[in-house]
Amino acid sequence: MATATATPKVNYIGLPILDYRGGKSTLCAGCGHNAISERIIDAFFEMGVEPERVMKMSGIGCSSKSPAYFMGRSFSFNSVHGRMPAISTGAILANHTMTTIGVSGDGDTASIGMGQFVHLLRRNLPMIYIIENNGVYGLTKGQFSATADLGSRLKTGVVNDLPAIDTCALAIQLGATFVGRSFSGDKKQLLSMLKAAIAHKGTVLLDVISPCVTFNDHEGSTKSYKFMQENDEPINEIGFVASFDEIEVDYDSGEIYEVEMHDGSNLRLRKLLEDYDPTDKANAVRTLMESSENDEILTGVFYINTEKPTFIDQLNLVDEPLGTLPESLTRPPKPALDALMAALK
Amino acid sequence: MATADLALGQPEGALSTRQRVTNDFSINVATVNGSGSQSANSVLLKSIFAMGVPVSGKNLFPSNIAGQPTWYIIRASKDGYVARKHDSEILVALNPETAQADVLALPAGGVVIHEENLKLDQARGDLFYYPVPFDKITAAICPEAKLRKLVKNMVYVGAVAQVLAIDLGVVESCLLRQFAKKQKVFDLNFGAVKAGFDYAQANLTKQDPFFIERMNATAGKIIIDGNAACGMGAVFAGVTVVAWYPITPSTSVVEATTDLLKKLRVTPEGKASFAVVQSEDELAAIGMVLGAGWAGARSMTATSGPGISLMAEFSGLGYFAEIPGVIFDVQRSGPSTGMPTRTQQSDLLSVAFLSHGDTKHIILLPGSMKDCFELSMAAFDLAERMQTPVFVLSDLDLGMNNWMSEPFDYPVKPLDRGKVLTAEDLKRLGSFARYRDVDGDAIGWRTLPGTRHPKAAYFTRGSGHNDAAGYTENPDEYQAVMERLALKFEKARKLVPAPIAVRDAGSKIGFLAFGSTDCALTESLDQIRKRYGVEADYMRIRAWPFAQAIHDFVAAHERIYVVEQNRDAQLASLLKLDLPAEQVIKLRSILHYNGLPVDAESITEVFAHQEGL
Repeated sequence: MATATATPKVNYIGLPILDYRGGKSTLCAGCGHNAISERIIDAFFEMGVEPERVMKMSGIGCSSKSPAYFMGRSFSFNSVHGRMPAISTGAILANHTMTTIGVSGDGDTASIGMGQFVHLLRRNLPMIYIIENNGVYGLTKGQFSATADLGSRLKTGVVNDLPAIDTCALAIQLGATFVGRSFSGDKKQLLSMLKAAIAHKGTVLLDVISPCVTFNDHEGSTKSYKFMQENDEPINEIGFVASFDEIEVDYDSGEIYEVEMHDGSNLRLRKLLEDYDPTDKANAVRTLMESSENDEILTGVFYINTEKPTFIDQLNLVDEPLGTLPESLTRPPKPALDALMAALK
Repeated sequence: MATADLALGQPEGALSTRQRVTNDFSINVATVNGSGSQSANSVLLKSIFAMGVPVSGKNLFPSNIAGQPTWYIIRASKDGYVARKHDSEILVALNPETAQADVLALPAGGVVIHEENLKLDQARGDLFYYPVPFDKITAAICPEAKLRKLVKNMVYVGAVAQVLAIDLGVVESCLLRQFAKKQKVFDLNFGAVKAGFDYAQANLTKQDPFFIERMNATAGKIIIDGNAACGMGAVFAGVTVVAWYPITPSTSVVEATTDLLKKLRVTPEGKASFAVVQSEDELAAIGMVLGAGWAGARSMTATSGPGISLMAEFSGLGYFAEIPGVIFDVQRSGPSTGMPTRTQQSDLLSVAFLSHGDTKHIILLPGSMKDCFELSMAAFDLAERMQTPVFVLSDLDLGMNNWMSEPFDYPVKPLDRGKVLTAEDLKRLGSFARYRDVDGDAIGWRTLPGTRHPKAAYFTRGSGHNDAAGYTENPDEYQAVMERLALKFEKARKLVPAPIAVRDAGSKIGFLAFGSTDCALTESLDQIRKRYGVEADYMRIRAWPFAQAIHDFVAAHERIYVVEQNRDAQLASLLKLDLPAEQVIKLRSILHYNGLPVDAESITEVFAHQEGL
């Protein structure tokens, strides 16, 4: 007690990490989703994002509950099953000055939500879209989802005989501009990826393998901790240098793929897969397709494009949020109505 | 020549000596869709309007791109009636496929202006026939074969104008307005009108009794369709986010809105103060509306029956999480795909309780063009004040047909953006509970995303929540929220657009109706008075939940006729849920649901039968 009070560590904007925490998780102990929530907290803290400037979106499912467990000072919308894209689109149209992070699951995205998901990708809606992917429906006690791998087995012994939907390949093909896969157990990779995601302008799709300890962590599952530890094949090692960090690192430029992010920060991808170019769309899709034939789970940043206009750019919106424009800018004046009436007489 | 014309035009028997009928008949132009007759019909309608004669136009069209029968009915009415008339006296028969049936449907003494080679004059002896060689006339004045289909329409405009004594100069000036800045197009079209007019003048002898005569009953009035009026309302309500999925007959709501936004809401720097998104389906459309409403935007969508069905789940979320949004439902004939291009008022019950659980929604019911404009604006204010989705139920008849109206008035009240706390408010208050009724109005205060205060954020969810927006499965907390929502809905009775006592003469008989039924009902009430000497009162309902005045109206009458355009008496059903048991027994229904806009005769007939008149 006699020790001097330690000043809590604060971030770039002077906030302690406590200001980025949320409510206590009600998910199972050991659930991969909790680890992802922790990384989200770290990423927003380290990036110095004001919590009040963040919207947290979700659909329905275990994953979609998790926004309650991080960043309690941010505005949150837990919507209906599979419809996070539409709710997010509307919210972002109303206020495009916010940073938006959405948390969905494999059922919420790849089954009931597929219709909206693909259109969100097409629009390059500026938001971070995380799929907490465990291959099963948790809240309804362990049915296969559409991302479960062909041949993987449920606890009950049921074998999945349908191919998995690769949401990353889909996202690359359909227009997302930052696509990666990670593993809830890989703290370093996931944190770097999330920080880069915050710096990116456009749709970020992160498929995070997140084992379900209750229904899908057994032998025969391809979404278990053990399986991921054995089969995780990173294609690149991710380094992220925020715009306000003044770190200079020497590196061999032949091994590093460097991306200048929209906010001035730097994403440095150390190539682990020979000659992998994360701006080559076709190669990225081919690489993913080939990997699914082996038992490899590729992780890393598969694709990035910092040039493509976002949905907000395309709509050419005013700089201020549409939601709070004053009446003087939204209700046309009387002469406008008079002119319309005169033309109809 | 004259003798031959007489023989052609003259019907058998006493009908030829019928009295002159001025400014009180309908013209039915029977064509095929895709033939481009719309602008010709519009010129005809506007010419009659410009002669000071009250007029309305109804397009009875197929759900098809081209080649199917379509009828455009123009009604001239010196008394100002704008409902569909049960019969049309004048037929312009241009569609060989339907010509026989159309001729048979005419009342005795009717008129047929038809393509000469159709030989329709064999069909009946009690009509006036005016054969016109439309194709020959068109070919002579229009060397370009591919334009002839369009030009031919203007030839019938000329012929009709001549037969009915519509002033050619007026037609000319209407055409000039329609094709302003396009001299060549005007020349070609007016040439066609003139050719039709000249042919009729030289070759037809007027035998029928129908005339358009100048009067002064349209001065200062406008002609507009309900969808355009709704779009205008949305724009003058300051809408900022529009998300929609195309569906007949609502599409032109968004088209009108978008046109106006592009015209009126682009900044000098060329930036848009609005977003219009054509979404992937209606689920996404209402999702975007609610997302935008949550984040502070005035947001809307427009749809019709099938879209409403798809919006059910999200509507419940909007109700329970208390999020503003405006949904236009331009009703068409259901169930299922139904008849997409025919009208009905059959979404009332499904919209009232749209979604599972104890869900109910505020519904506004425009019944005129001015209503379409004003209730659209009111919908945005109410949605934000009451923090809930608000539905505006129009229908195909209101939405897509041409109506005469008084011009719209500029709103006098500023926008009501509802109860929103700013960062400054929070500094003063310290904190807030999103769903707590602190003012006794059953409405909590909300914050918008981005409000810079550590206590500004709350967690929005469709799952059970307490008044602080926290997750709950606690019976008392859940029930308290449900009770407050019910109370909020009760309070809406006083905030929604009031019903209008259209006729209030202290009769024992009262009528209740809403929406596009109004025009036919007011005409029917005149018929009832003239034919049976019965004076009846009439109150037009403009919103659900029902205002106290509607209860009072029912209580003040012995018998109440509820007139509506659906099979299942949906308005009457809603009334039965709302009224005390001793009042419910007063209700009787007059229903019309064949897809055509209801007409006065149909109402009068059922009423007379039920009253034993």
